[in-house]
Amino acid sequence: MRKSLLALTAGLLLAGNVSAASAADKLKIGFIYVGPIGDLGWTYQHDLGRQALVKELGDKIETTYLENVPEGPDAERSIEQLVRAGNKLIFTTSFGYMDPTLKVAKKYPNVHFEHATGYKRNPNMSTYSAKWYQGRYIQGLIAAKMSKSGVLGYIGSFPIPEVVSGINATVLAAQTINPNIKVKIIWANTWFDPGKEADAAKALIDQGADVIMQHTDSPAAMQIASERGKLAFGQDSEMIKFGPKTQLTSILDTWGPYYIERVKAELAGTWKSENTWGGLDSHMFAMAPYTNMPDDVKKMAEDAQDAITAGKLHPFKCPIIGQDGKQVDCKGGDHLDDGQILGMNFYVKGIDDKLPGK
Amino acid sequence: MQLALEKRAERSGTIALVSPLIAVGLTTATMIILFTILGKNPLLALHAYFIAPLTDGYSLQEIAVKATPLVMIAIGLSLCYLANAWNIGAEGQFLIGAVAGSWIAVKTQGTDAGAWVLPAMLVLAAVAGALYALIPAICKVKFGASEILTSLMLVYVADLFLDYLVRGPWRDPQGFNFPTTAEFDPVATVPLLIEGGRLHLGSVIALLVVAAAAILLGRTIRGFGIRVVGAAPRAARFGGFKANQLIILTFAVSGALAGLAGIIEVAGPVGHLQPGISPGYGFTAIMVAFLGRLNPLGILVAGLFLALTFIGGEQAQIAMKIPLDVTKVFQGILLFYVLACDSLILYRFKLVFPSRQVARGDG
Repeated sequence: MRKSLLALTAGLLLAGNVSAASAADKLKIGFIYVGPIGDLGWTYQHDLGRQALVKELGDKIETTYLENVPEGPDAERSIEQLVRAGNKLIFTTSFGYMDPTLKVAKKYPNVHFEHATGYKRNPNMSTYSAKWYQGRYIQGLIAAKMSKSGVLGYIGSFPIPEVVSGINATVLAAQTINPNIKVKIIWANTWFDPGKEADAAKALIDQGADVIMQHTDSPAAMQIASERGKLAFGQDSEMIKFGPKTQLTSILDTWGPYYIERVKAELAGTWKSENTWGGLDSHMFAMAPYTNMPDDVKKMAEDAQDAITAGKLHPFKCPIIGQDGKQVDCKGGDHLDDGQILGMNFYVKGIDDKLPGK
Repeated sequence: MQLALEKRAERSGTIALVSPLIAVGLTTATMIILFTILGKNPLLALHAYFIAPLTDGYSLQEIAVKATPLVMIAIGLSLCYLANAWNIGAEGQFLIGAVAGSWIAVKTQGTDAGAWVLPAMLVLAAVAGALYALIPAICKVKFGASEILTSLMLVYVADLFLDYLVRGPWRDPQGFNFPTTAEFDPVATVPLLIEGGRLHLGSVIALLVVAAAAILLGRTIRGFGIRVVGAAPRAARFGGFKANQLIILTFAVSGALAGLAGIIEVAGPVGHLQPGISPGYGFTAIMVAFLGRLNPLGILVAGLFLALTFIGGEQAQIAMKIPLDVTKVFQGILLFYVLACDSLILYRFKLVFPSRQVARGDG
């Protein structure tokens, strides 16, 4: 019995190796996710991107993912595990993986890495992100039109430039409709914690906000806004089913086209380390249908979207006045340049709050 | 006829030895069923979990790296638990140690500070962890406050304190507001044992801690006192062992070890201070302490074994697309069986025949 079991084990293992060998012809692509793929937000969208990749190139590639990898001491090991499993192109999909990705990238110069939303690169490590502030600008316009109280509620994750530029874009847009618009900001200090996000939404509504916007990943805030009969914007993914009468629109991360493009480059041997920062024009993200608003507001939003896509409207058009009342340097001609937006560390005038750490 | 548990007249030595084996056997059997239900080949899955990580040097290193903080913390906790002092807050002591040690690293950053930096960080971390652990210990001894509650609550205090520091005063000026300190200087980093690997000096320190604990418990009066106070408090009093003194001592030692583990993790694998430096090491170590039966060598084995399930779980996720949740279920099942089998040391099964008794007629 024992012997036959051993033989069986050996046979199975051998079978496993054989299938591994045939899979070796395919290019192996790895993904590291910060949340569970069922978060219905950030990680969910990355996984949709991966699925789109498989659908497009499934006969040439094999994908593997590790989910729920904390941005701590385990991240480096998880990335290295993917390398050691033979993955040749690895997408690390959260800001906190920046240093671990760089460490592993330096150790394995023949493997290519793609880090989302970071700023450190290497000859074998690209970065990619989207100009979500463009979508935030459209949301700011809608919010100011739809708010009766003139108070917007904003749930922030971390006060990093990506989030700060989103808040500023929202406020700048809203001020064009209602110069006295107020925004209340709560920092959840997490990307994904439905309980905290829900608490933040409740607190914001209690402070008079009637339109809730978020830079965190779960639909919890949408659900609270829906319960309380307020309006809200989704984040990362389509959240309309959590608030059919609540969602105005949502910024949808559409990673699929980018992933397909990069993997095609890898397959063709033309992959290079790059810094990709795509906007509405390059389809790095999209806006969910504009719902729960009158036709004129919808028209305004669509016009703004077209103008931004066509490059006619820039959310950070100069002059921009900082919170301190001083005009911000205009390094991009008639708008702020990419570097200023990527490193944004100030609030614009009209935000009655203090940027944490300032 | 029904099955009942009956207390044994004395501990069963045989069961004490074989019960972990029974537990592992039952866990394996359950996992085979689970893998089959998931449609995965159970033998391949078990191979990915247990065998594959042991067959290459890289995975062995990773197991040691992962086990290092678990073993160090668990050794300290075992001393507490043996003395009947319930330190649940090792996670907080771990964080405070990390914070205290990082203080030196942050303050000396970019200066020409010499080789004294790392040793000073280790010492300060241990002292801070010990002092932090003394808060619940003193509250217990002086005021009779439940150390379980106070030590647990102090975890959140430590967590928020660390959070405040990395978001405020210690934030990396070049870090785009992200809550982290700058990377530590080389003199403030735990040296690697193998160039290009991840195995670091901390693993050696953990082994020394295991050895020291084994000597303390096995060969010294103090160690004997710890065990007697826990096992037979009245006897200990007659023997002249002071329970309160031992509570203070074990808490301090356990806090020091947790603090040391904290700074080693931060100055080693992580390289800077940030929130989330501990994926629950302080709590997982409680499991390690009990799996290792509060025995230093047992804890070493248990820590390595638990680390193996982490690494193996990851490899199973990569190689066989087995969800991460299965690894967590697996660890839970293992702990459940270990504790269940342990009850057989003190109890045994007995068939009870309800003869000459009126059957309780509620059916």
